Amino acid sequence: MTPFKTFCGAAGALGLSLFAALPAWAQEVAAEAAPAVPNPGNNAWMMTATILVLLMILPGLALFYGGLTRSKNMIATMTQIGAVAALAMIIWVMYGYGLAFGPEGNSIISWGKFFLAGITPDSTAATFTDEVISEYVFVSFQMTFAAITIALVLGGLVERMKFSAIMVFAIVWLTIVYFPVAHMVWEARGVFFVMGALDFAGGTVVHINAGVSALVAALILGKRKGYPSEPMPPHSLTLTMVGTGLLWVGWFGFNAGSALEANGSAALAMINTFVATASAGLFWMITERVMGHKGSALGFCSGIIAGLVAVTPAAGNSGPFGAIILGAVSSIVCYFFVAKVKPALGYDDSLDAFGIHGVGGIVGAIGTAVVFAPSLGGPGGEDYAMGGQLVTQITAVLATIAIAAVGTAIAMYIAKALTGLRVSKEVEQEGLDLGEHGERAYN
Amino acid sequence: MKLIMAIIKPFKLDEVREALSALGVAGMTVSEVKGFGRQKGQTEIYRGAEYSTNMVPKIKVEVVCDDALAPRVVEAVQQAANSGAIGDGKIFVLDVGQAIRIRTGETGETAL
Repeated sequence: MTPFKTFCGAAGALGLSLFAALPAWAQEVAAEAAPAVPNPGNNAWMMTATILVLLMILPGLALFYGGLTRSKNMIATMTQIGAVAALAMIIWVMYGYGLAFGPEGNSIISWGKFFLAGITPDSTAATFTDEVISEYVFVSFQMTFAAITIALVLGGLVERMKFSAIMVFAIVWLTIVYFPVAHMVWEARGVFFVMGALDFAGGTVVHINAGVSALVAALILGKRKGYPSEPMPPHSLTLTMVGTGLLWVGWFGFNAGSALEANGSAALAMINTFVATASAGLFWMITERVMGHKGSALGFCSGIIAGLVAVTPAAGNSGPFGAIILGAVSSIVCYFFVAKVKPALGYDDSLDAFGIHGVGGIVGAIGTAVVFAPSLGGPGGEDYAMGGQLVTQITAVLATIAIAAVGTAIAMYIAKALTGLRVSKEVEQEGLDLGEHGERAYN
Repeated sequence: MKLIMAIIKPFKLDEVREALSALGVAGMTVSEVKGFGRQKGQTEIYRGAEYSTNMVPKIKVEVVCDDALAPRVVEAVQQAANSGAIGDGKIFVLDVGQAIRIRTGETGETAL
């Protein structure tokens, strides 16, 4: 096994062994060869990691995004996040898991195991060693990734999109964008997996995918009424700070859990998730100072997210000091993107889902090829060729951008045809909380 | 009777209160207000998006006293609230037609 294959995608080798778990003849063969039994320690860690990813969505992302919106759209923002996450969970067990990790398939998509057919408490999924974990745990872990990715896209769409339009968009987008990309990156037959693209915990599948989709969807949806002339300051940076903290805590499940075992690779991912993030939070504030402003709370929170996003593909693919540099670079690049480039271009990516998840994800995906090098303390082997890996990483990034952009456009126009997409001007003025849900966040 | 209405910087409230207590002023009303004068508003920046707020937070202190005490109250507030910077605020003196203590029905200066 090449050194980087070891850390490659989450689902890697497991597609092959899942094979064995399903058809009757295979089970007989497996029985003869004494089937691998999950190590309770690994299983327990992966159950914990799965719940930590849920913590990132509700309450983490809901509070982070909610605090950034105006108070009249607080309930709508949080409800949208919760509802699309719940929808993703249901779709995942119906057909999402089959399309991403099914037993039959090719380099683009897989099929089989629809409605979790054939999976029992005894079914196992392979990790990156000869260990296994319970397949239900693997299905749940991957389910939370689908759920958070669609929730992240909403960062570009809040404060103006109908709830019904968001639900339709979510179903189509998960089906034609998320499930195929997850298959391509994380499944053993997937095209990016075969290419050897390094993506430890989902920089391409989750962050570039969500960020680019948010940008394209925001362009199709249009700006919020009054943007950018009317002030739209965050209504509660306190809640945004709380959400940021929950995201950081939950991200340990996301990154260290992507090792699929409680082992040294997970430990490396854990320390990187600390230090890259710490570095990024501070560097955003330093950049603000250098640009002549005050170091801000929102800047600190934004830096933390930029660092978490960038270290996601690099979590088990970098040494701690490479991760510190990666976090700093991501933070600085994202700062200039959201503070300078976005206002110059004038589009309304409301909560900077593209500016931080998309841009930070691209920095992380490309940067992973650099910090993987053993000369920088990364886990790459002696024969690691950075140039070739850079080409592979950039190819995977560009392909993900293309798939996300096209798929998002299709999903948005379907949602527009079925629901009309935007709330009325009156509802937008009064707030989506009252207009779409009949409630106020604060009474 | 005079109503002395002072708009001051919030951090000067304690000093003003102490100065007035020393003069024997029996009570005052304080409110948090916003406004602008020569001191322009502040600029807030969220991820590079700049918003200028025209209104600056201030404290409004209202004191009613008899005519003899009024000049000393004004002087005390002026000294206590002075930081020497733009935005220290203003003092207004108004005539008061009547004062009534609700509990007893006393009127005029005895009601103060």
